[in-house]
Amino acid sequence: MEMTRRDVMAAGAGALLIAGLPVRVSAATEDAIAAFTGGAEIGSGDISLTAPEIAENGNTVPIEVSSDTAASILVLATGNPTPGVAQFNFGPGAASRAASTRIRLAGTQDVVAIAKLEDGSFVQASSTVKVTIGGCGG
Amino acid sequence: MISRRDFLQTSMAAAALYGGSGFGNWGRLAAQQALTQDKLLEFDTFGNVSLVHITDIHAQLKPIYFREPSVNIGVGGNKGAVPHVTGADFRKLYGIDDGSPSAYALTSDDFNALAKGYGRVGGLDRVATVINSIRADRPDALLLDGGDTWHGSYTCHHTQGQDMVNVMNALKPDAMTFHWEFTLGSDRVNEIVEGLPFAALGQNIFDAEWDEPAELFPPYKFFERGGVKIAVIGQAFPYMPIANPGWMFPEYSFGIRDERMQEMVDQVRAEGAELVVCLSHNGFDVDKQMAGKVKGIDVILSGHTHDALPEPVLVEETIIVASGSNGKFVSRVDLDVRDGRMMGFRHKLIPIFSDVITPDAEVTKVIDAQRAPYADKLAEVIGQTADDQVLYRRGNFNGTWDDLICDALISEREADIALSPGVRWGPSIPAGHDITREDIWNVTSMSYGEAYRTEMTGEFLHVVLEDVADNLFNPDPYYQQGGDMVRVGGLGYRIDVTKPQGERITEMTLLKTGEAIDASKTYQIAGWASVNEGTEGPPIWDVVEAHIAKQEGPISLDPNNSVTVVGA
Repeated sequence: MEMTRRDVMAAGAGALLIAGLPVRVSAATEDAIAAFTGGAEIGSGDISLTAPEIAENGNTVPIEVSSDTAASILVLATGNPTPGVAQFNFGPGAASRAASTRIRLAGTQDVVAIAKLEDGSFVQASSTVKVTIGGCGG
Repeated sequence: MISRRDFLQTSMAAAALYGGSGFGNWGRLAAQQALTQDKLLEFDTFGNVSLVHITDIHAQLKPIYFREPSVNIGVGGNKGAVPHVTGADFRKLYGIDDGSPSAYALTSDDFNALAKGYGRVGGLDRVATVINSIRADRPDALLLDGGDTWHGSYTCHHTQGQDMVNVMNALKPDAMTFHWEFTLGSDRVNEIVEGLPFAALGQNIFDAEWDEPAELFPPYKFFERGGVKIAVIGQAFPYMPIANPGWMFPEYSFGIRDERMQEMVDQVRAEGAELVVCLSHNGFDVDKQMAGKVKGIDVILSGHTHDALPEPVLVEETIIVASGSNGKFVSRVDLDVRDGRMMGFRHKLIPIFSDVITPDAEVTKVIDAQRAPYADKLAEVIGQTADDQVLYRRGNFNGTWDDLICDALISEREADIALSPGVRWGPSIPAGHDITREDIWNVTSMSYGEAYRTEMTGEFLHVVLEDVADNLFNPDPYYQQGGDMVRVGGLGYRIDVTKPQGERITEMTLLKTGEAIDASKTYQIAGWASVNEGTEGPPIWDVVEAHIAKQEGPISLDPNNSVTVVGA
């Protein structure tokens, strides 16, 4: 009985690993990505995107991107009518390859950051930002 | 060589096997009719550090009744995991006998019958006795308040939280974090916090304009206790401006900010912390997820979702302690910290049985002083509950208190449909009891309690229900806000908790006609606790009081079968 309880707890903890949410991509987003990458394959790696899980105000959502080796980072709001948000370019002498800004989101959607690294390869990170009409907490 | 993780698991197993958590013996105690203060407080002092945790008091200074939920659904990876276990399953999981004091304290079955036998729970003068007893064992025990303290009663509302500040100061906490406190408005919160004789912590409390840490709320504080250097990191409720009216505290921003939590843990470790404690108002599932992502937290003292767990939950090398709500429980956690790390723990969730634990006379005096100016108003009897009618709130979908509030909204505000927020605070009233004005305020009091009346299309009503359902049933805990489903009156629906947002709610029905809700048709909706600025209407407590006062005979509600739940 006691072991059963332990097992239940262990199972609960183990099951916490949740698969990453799929990126929903509109045609306009696909076009913007293709224009940036020239159709090259996009992997994962040296790119980080920090965004709130739930926006406090969809009209001004703080986000931050960073990468040690990026030459350029493209930020897209995939669910906005116009997905393009910003493209940050970093010269070889850039002391810090990070940028933060605030973006407007039309609704719950994935924000995507794609970095073109110095070696010419592309990596991406994405984050779902929920825009909610508000509720009632405990 | 035995690892730290083995040590922790051994502690957990020992607690389970030998009743170290203090719950194993209760059934027997009840059989012997020997529920005594000494037994409740019995604890074999362990290690070199003691933590005392109380959270989500919601301004309940006096003993109350509080029925735990019968429905608490977990989704995704948390399906069937504590705290999403209720009733007989909960008792089986923790080896609790039916009808025992722990069954009464922790589960909802036979609530009315057990309430007669075991009486009220909580009362901060009883809590003071428990804290004093722990301090007698371990004079330098840390007392940590998880927040939701300065909200939830008639006196708290009328004193803008001052009653709670005065009583808590008498208990001498060492640190606190926050949620509903901010609904007092940022000017009032700032005013109180500037005068607090203890630390007001929140690593995720930010200045909204500059997105920088707010100066008034430091991320952590160091304590030297039992020769151990302890860092307590605060984590306020992440979704305050979303779940509560952000316009009341526009200068502040929150969020989970687990990257910064990791930075803070790394920083305090670098500064020599041997024990890292997170005083959290995240809610239990968010804390579990955070414990798996942020490395180096020894103990999370978890608040917000009002769960009371007789044993900590272990996530990797972090133990998570959940201490209930409304002053009903205090957790004591003794820790053995050696060679700069936590090597083991002993834990007890202490239920505050008000008739068993002697009140601390000094604190009783402080409490009575806060209440004296309002004594007549508080005590006025507005109605009664029928002999078979318990009023309670907790549960994912509906509680009888909210059924009554929705009835009041529909009849007093002449609406088709009523909406009542799915908050988790608010004590219960057993059958055959008086309902006083204080009781009504205990389940309605807030700084934005206007009972609005508005028109909504069927389509918009569906959007509202879907939005709230996703706050509760999104499979990723980081997208959950805590709280329960919005309560509805005059409306039936079916919910499949396993579906994504937009597809969970179907078969919406207007109960008074039995017709399906028409997406394009407009309905009269009454509700309260809108987060929107400029909401107008009479205070909800006046609406409920008027409705109860008009009833002929005691309150007796029809069973609520209007929500069909699928996928639980």
